[in-house]
Amino acid sequence: MTVTDVLVCALGAVSLGAAIRVVTTNQIVRAGLWLVVALGALAGVYLVLTAELLAWVQVLIYVGAVVVLMLFAVMLTRAPIGRSDDLDRPRLPAILVGGGAGLGLAAVLADAYRWSYIGLSGVEPGNAEALGREVFTGWALPFEVLSVLLLAALVGAIAISRPEVGERREES
Amino acid sequence: MSLDMFGHDPWWLILIKILVVFVFLIVSTILVIWFERRVVGRMQHRPGPNRHGPFGLLQSVADALKLALKEDIMPTLADKAVYFIAPIISAMCAITAWAVIPFGPEVSIFGHKTALQITDLPVAVLVVLACSGLGVYGIVLGGWASGSTYPLLGALRSAAQVISYEVALGLSIVAVFMLSGTMSTSGIVASQAENPAVNIFGLEFNVPGWYAILLFPSFVIFVISMVGETNRAPFDLPEAESELVGGFHTEYSSLKFAMFFLAEYINMFTVSAMCTTLFLGGWRAPWPISIWGAANTGFWPLLWFMGKLVLLMFFFVWLRGTMPRLRYDQFMRLGWKVLIPLNLVWILVVAGIRVSSEQEAGTAKTLIIGGVILLAVGVIFFYPRRKQYQAPAVADLGVGGFPVPPLDLKVPPSPRTKKIAASREATGVSASTTTEEEG
Amino acid sequence: MDGYLGSYATLGILLLVAGAFFAVAYTANRLLRTNAPSAAKSTTYECGLDPAGGDWAQAQIRYYVYAFLYALFAVESVFLFPWATVFDALGMITVAEMGVFVAVLALGLLYAWRKGVLSWTTA
Repeated sequence: MTVTDVLVCALGAVSLGAAIRVVTTNQIVRAGLWLVVALGALAGVYLVLTAELLAWVQVLIYVGAVVVLMLFAVMLTRAPIGRSDDLDRPRLPAILVGGGAGLGLAAVLADAYRWSYIGLSGVEPGNAEALGREVFTGWALPFEVLSVLLLAALVGAIAISRPEVGERREES
Repeated sequence: MSLDMFGHDPWWLILIKILVVFVFLIVSTILVIWFERRVVGRMQHRPGPNRHGPFGLLQSVADALKLALKEDIMPTLADKAVYFIAPIISAMCAITAWAVIPFGPEVSIFGHKTALQITDLPVAVLVVLACSGLGVYGIVLGGWASGSTYPLLGALRSAAQVISYEVALGLSIVAVFMLSGTMSTSGIVASQAENPAVNIFGLEFNVPGWYAILLFPSFVIFVISMVGETNRAPFDLPEAESELVGGFHTEYSSLKFAMFFLAEYINMFTVSAMCTTLFLGGWRAPWPISIWGAANTGFWPLLWFMGKLVLLMFFFVWLRGTMPRLRYDQFMRLGWKVLIPLNLVWILVVAGIRVSSEQEAGTAKTLIIGGVILLAVGVIFFYPRRKQYQAPAVADLGVGGFPVPPLDLKVPPSPRTKKIAASREATGVSASTTTEEEG
Repeated sequence: MDGYLGSYATLGILLLVAGAFFAVAYTANRLLRTNAPSAAKSTTYECGLDPAGGDWAQAQIRYYVYAFLYALFAVESVFLFPWATVFDALGMITVAEMGVFVAVLALGLLYAWRKGVLSWTTA
């Protein structure tokens, strides 16, 4: 066990524990906070595996932007302090689906790598230059498609959030 | 200077550096509060704090001690745990950003060669951006956990403001990365050391390598959005006292409030230090001093760095002393409709120039042409579309020259009351209320 | 510790020191501050009146749209950052790629602009 192994295991355990709290807590804003912890610990895993650009991108995008977006959405609808007992959550199917998906992915990954060990000493760190060269030479098409995807998501969000035009006419 | 020199310090040296940075941040927060009050006082023709200690220097110390020893009130409706950690998140994020700020070059401390910087990373600037992005949580959670309406509304406004200007801030840094080719703070400072030769109308001379000059539009956008990002005047809408009774920290008291206060001031230092590092040559001496060969060695750079920092703090105070507060819609319009589009255009202009003219001498010349184009775009954007004020045809003298509303003023019914009345009528309880309204 | 993990270990030490700082500050505050609790003090602040209604107010949908735009442009900037460090070496084709990317997202901004989402007071 090297330092890296210990850190990866510890951060993975934190991430898993926080993820379980996300789906089991009864307090809706705290669920968002546990999600921050889970995603942050995942960023820590990336960091230890020398993918540093990816790690900070994870912090910037997922922790910094996506969860803030979710918190905003929660506060738009209803964000009570304390427990919400009316949260609708069928437990058994959720456990079956979540556990099944998790175990399936774990089995596939374990089968793919078996006991092969990849040390980090010879690996080039995933810094900006390395990742940039990859994205802008080999992966240009997915990169461009991504922009269209983001555009579609934005148009959808704006369409949903706009007040009904007909209703406003009626008012004024 | 290279990145290889970081990450090899012995643990005691790391601890010393961290403690020095902590002390620096707290002492300078206290000093800057005093500085701000004195300078604003001067600008408003009043003395400012002048009772305690020479020039009132001890006033802030007394205030800080008093604030930290006040009674701590936990509102009944608050979410206790989140209410407790929100100020810690704010202050923690503010402090962490200082891990990658370069204070000076490599020096020798107790016979150990080390850089005057806690650490540096290949993605250092991203760390600072991530810290300011995470600082939003302190605001949103603090406002939400208070269990009160004003802090919640203040928190949403504040967070929307910070994230809007964070985009402009992040995009304005891209141009710096393009010229320096690195994201490490020490690397960016080093790349501003060169004086590139410029060829303007056949005259050859060296310009300073500061990105504030080479990338002037980026610099302007950065400065505007750094003021917006730190919620300072004229963009201090979150603490608009008349509307929000203080914003997201209304319910906070004692040390918890002091933590938000500390975070706000440290964030000001952080953006000023980033501005210095990215655009103003970092710790390198400015031009007339840099002729002296030893200016950029040893501990001297600390002086130049602090000097630039103090100037930027003065700029913050100056803005506060002179500018009226913007309205929220004006503020958002400036961020999304002016700063971000300008930024995107500017990035592509720089990229096009940089790639198309591979020969070194032409680069600066074309940069200037690009700057002129951008200036034209900027003028079009900023051109005041204000309508000419037209004096009313008949002067409204009112009663005895005082502007009062006319006696037969008819208030148009707002659509909302109509709707409420309609819904009440539907349930059949409205008969008395509607007659009252009409009578 | 080698260079890479060493740099991040330094960052970790900074976080630990900050944590210790908060622990000390909060403990000192707890020991030294005055304490005279009363029910009236810990009610919600309402300008001196008794608080009425809940602790929650309906926020505007605009905040959500701004947060969404922020997420969008955050994604754009994390692609711009690595691009900015390598575009010099890769040449014109990379600039064109990024031009298309930025243009498509600028289209999104333009759409939001035209739909009046970006101005705070539309109706």
